[in-house]
Amino acid sequence: MRMTQLLIAAATVAGAAVPAIAADPIAERQAIMKQNGKDTKALVGYMKGETPYDAAAVTALFTSMNNGAKAFGSKFPPTSKTGGKTEAAPAIWEKPADFKAAVAKFQTDTGAAAAARPASLDAMKPLFGAVTANCKSCHETFRVKEQ
Amino acid sequence: MRRAAIAVAVVIVAAAALFWVLTIPRRLPAAAIAAEASGDAGRGARIFWAGGCASCHAAAGARGDDRLRLGGRALATPFGQFQAPNISPDPGAGIGNWRIADFANAMQRGVDPEGRHLYPAFPYNSYIKMTKGDIADLFAYLRTLPPVTTRTPETVLGFPYNIRRGVGLWKLLYLGDETPVVSLPAGAPATAAQGRYLVEGPGHCGQCHTPRTLQGLGGLDAGRWLGGAANPEGKGRIPNITPAKSGIGAWSAEEIETYLETGFTPDYDSVGGSMVEVQQNMAKLTKADRAAIAAYLKSVPAVD
Repeated sequence: MRMTQLLIAAATVAGAAVPAIAADPIAERQAIMKQNGKDTKALVGYMKGETPYDAAAVTALFTSMNNGAKAFGSKFPPTSKTGGKTEAAPAIWEKPADFKAAVAKFQTDTGAAAAARPASLDAMKPLFGAVTANCKSCHETFRVKEQ
Repeated sequence: MRRAAIAVAVVIVAAAALFWVLTIPRRLPAAAIAAEASGDAGRGARIFWAGGCASCHAAAGARGDDRLRLGGRALATPFGQFQAPNISPDPGAGIGNWRIADFANAMQRGVDPEGRHLYPAFPYNSYIKMTKGDIADLFAYLRTLPPVTTRTPETVLGFPYNIRRGVGLWKLLYLGDETPVVSLPAGAPATAAQGRYLVEGPGHCGQCHTPRTLQGLGGLDAGRWLGGAANPEGKGRIPNITPAKSGIGAWSAEEIETYLETGFTPDYDSVGGSMVEVQQNMAKLTKADRAAIAAYLKSVPAVD
């Protein structure tokens, strides 16, 4: 139980801290993505059975990702195409409607996962699959590696 | 004056003759080609996914069963627009009338049934390292796929790349042979050799992950094998996948395997760009094949 509270607190703090720390949109969106990675890593722990299942903690992780997803779309002003080691693909600004749809899908899927409050690992599995399918489907078009 | 003109003419004719001889398309010796209809389609499926044929020969963005409809697609590069051709079993538009020798020569010598050079956008300098049995299995598998009637448009390149015969010079220098690129260290796991075959041969990973000589015109730079390269499609870099600090030296073999299976890096960043399709192909291989690839990637020389 203490672990759960800690995780919820950590996810909340991280979610809240993102806009406060970062002053520019590139750093802000990178921080959101870093948090997505951490949340995914924690979720994988449950998926693999390495962490004993905890419904509240899993819901908190999906909520954290949903908070990031809601903030994410506004972090790509035309002034942020380059700089700050950004790996944002030109396609974000070339196909704005597609990008918007991809971000909206991530919001929907993370929102649905959080709202479902999965009570068991079996309930979590399809939600995890739906949420993380967004990673590669979006990165395929909208992210380019720089190193 | 007349003598000078004759001398110039002689030099030109001699140069043309030399170019002609040097660039003659060379086919495989008969012994290097498997027997007609000797391939096994079941085994060929593995080679098909290891090779990622659908990534260039199925329509862009194809999903599910549409990835098995190999009607070809255009490939935009700095040299011009290549056309990955229709390789479906349609007898008119595809390769339904090909025999194993036609297929093997295209795959391993870059020569089409009419005896013309194919451009090395088709990575036959990797496929040359494949066994004739795997070529036959792949050929058998392709025959089981749905015929597509779309005709392949002509490749349109600028001068001088539009001189197909010139590809012969490139081949003289860079076609290579069946010898592996990397000598495995004595301590490498036994599976690394299988991984080497998959990576250097059908998987043709080096085509994107290894830089090319001569500003991209040359061959793969064996001295910087898998050390990362410019992105042929534009912005960004294709990552260094050697065990270097700037590569994936920090990844364990298991983490490489997981990446190939799920698309997640050790810190749960995800696969992106054209590697998404490649990773999804790798996910269709067996765990043993992915483990072999990981063992090989842990054994190649680090490029910093």
